[in-house]
Amino acid sequence: MTDLPGSPPQSTLRGWLEAPGATSPGQARAQAAWRSWQRLVANKAALAGLIVLLALIFLAVFGPALTPYDPMAQNLSERLLPPSGAHPFGTDDLGRDIMTRILYGARITLMMAALVAVIAGPIGLIVGATAGYLGGWTDIVAMRVVDIFLSFPSLILALAFVAALGPGIENAVIAIALSAWPPIARLARAEALTVRKSDYIAAARIQGASRFRLILRHVMPVCLPSVVIRITLNMAGIILTAAGLGFLGLGAQPPSPEWGAMLASGRQFMLTSWWLAAIPGAAIMVVSLAFNLLGDGLRDVLDPRDD
Amino acid sequence: MTPAVEIRDLTITFGQGRARVKAVDSASFRAAPGEAFGIIGESGSGKSTILRAITGLNDDYTGDVLIDGQQAQKPRTKAFFKTVQMVFQDPYGSLHPRRMIRATLAEPLEIHRFDRKDDRIAQVLNDVGLAPEFAYRYPHQLSGGQRQRVAVARALLLEPRILLLDEPTSALDVSVQAGVLNLLDRLRRDRGLTYVMVSHDLRVIAHMCSRVAVMTQGRIVEELSADALRDQRAETEYTQQLIRASRGTAHA
Repeated sequence: MTDLPGSPPQSTLRGWLEAPGATSPGQARAQAAWRSWQRLVANKAALAGLIVLLALIFLAVFGPALTPYDPMAQNLSERLLPPSGAHPFGTDDLGRDIMTRILYGARITLMMAALVAVIAGPIGLIVGATAGYLGGWTDIVAMRVVDIFLSFPSLILALAFVAALGPGIENAVIAIALSAWPPIARLARAEALTVRKSDYIAAARIQGASRFRLILRHVMPVCLPSVVIRITLNMAGIILTAAGLGFLGLGAQPPSPEWGAMLASGRQFMLTSWWLAAIPGAAIMVVSLAFNLLGDGLRDVLDPRDD
Repeated sequence: MTPAVEIRDLTITFGQGRARVKAVDSASFRAAPGEAFGIIGESGSGKSTILRAITGLNDDYTGDVLIDGQQAQKPRTKAFFKTVQMVFQDPYGSLHPRRMIRATLAEPLEIHRFDRKDDRIAQVLNDVGLAPEFAYRYPHQLSGGQRQRVAVARALLLEPRILLLDEPTSALDVSVQAGVLNLLDRLRRDRGLTYVMVSHDLRVIAHMCSRVAVMTQGRIVEELSADALRDQRAETEYTQQLIRASRGTAHA
């Protein structure tokens, strides 16, 4: 039993990653990550989604260096120009370059989506895992709160919060996060319920592990993959909600180049200058689609059941 | 001599009203220090339930659980777990699927603030017959027998004096069962451990234990020595049936 399978030469990085037995914690983690990566690459749609998102992040970071225009500077002599060499996506009703505004808007969109994920993900995970593991009154109270949140359509709920808090990007983020955590909590609870009676939780309990340690170190890691998948798939909805709030004038305020707000202001020129609405609309669609494809692929990568 | 493990009139009921079932009905036994005490019975006879009550995983019982003559506290203290550890039946379910073996083995050491964690992990892996590199595997990279050795290693890390074994080999291939049983036997002799071992397999119990309690429908119906069991000198009808059934499967 003590012998290890014969290890092939580990001189190359690939050999090191694919060696049958890891010899250090770092190598073991790298090998696990490598296997996940290979499963992701095997799913072409997911890879396409990932590439689109990476390109978007690149554009959001380096966008200002890629365009000579200012997203806010108005130039009425160049208003409503159709797409051309100087303005690949045309200009809007105030003469601003639409491509520049899309690039700056990508920052806002990604920032909002990331903030919502960072707020709603941990809240949902903590509430769900704790409720599912502890059960009893904790579970009943937490799940009834979730039920109440889930009984409103999320956009309506977000609208109500924004109406109470006042319009603006920060409030839109808070409003969307408040409506995004309950489904995640419910999902995490379902996962926690499946493992709370498992032998490995019982084994940890008889090592003397506290409830806090059990939830944090044993229950949450099991819930995490489905929560990450859910959030990735929800990203599309979050972006649409953010754009919807912008469109209704309750999210980002003009002259901010937020995509939903751009779509809203382009609406009145839709018949004469289609690019004003079509370009931000297409941007929203592409990003939402990319998140959906990636989320689908993550299901293959992160699902622990095939291990 | 004070028994290492003693249970007195242990009664455990599940469910309420008409669905109420007595899983264990006033069971009592004593296991002396250094002894291997076996509990045998068919599935559903309540033998695993007794082990879960002793560990406090289920502390909803009446009667007494005494460790070294001391009443075990409800809920169990951390000190209790340094004395009493348990190995579960299914090594595919008892190791956290997403944690490296090293993390699983480091956990009891962290909880009880032991020093020299890496040394202890390497030592205990060696004790159960695994190379130190196994610390850097995930459970899905291990065979059933290797997993059960890791589970035994985890139970040994806190240097307990009493080990509860819940069918430690029944989920394993016959070819690796003997290896794990011999390992457990050697560990008991080397370390002077007390075992309370549950099994439905008469041959496993007869091989490992010196005394055996026979359980059916939540009650201990007979207690006899392993020699008596091997020689088929059982007093109750149920135990004789069990022996006959076991011989039947041995010939099949």
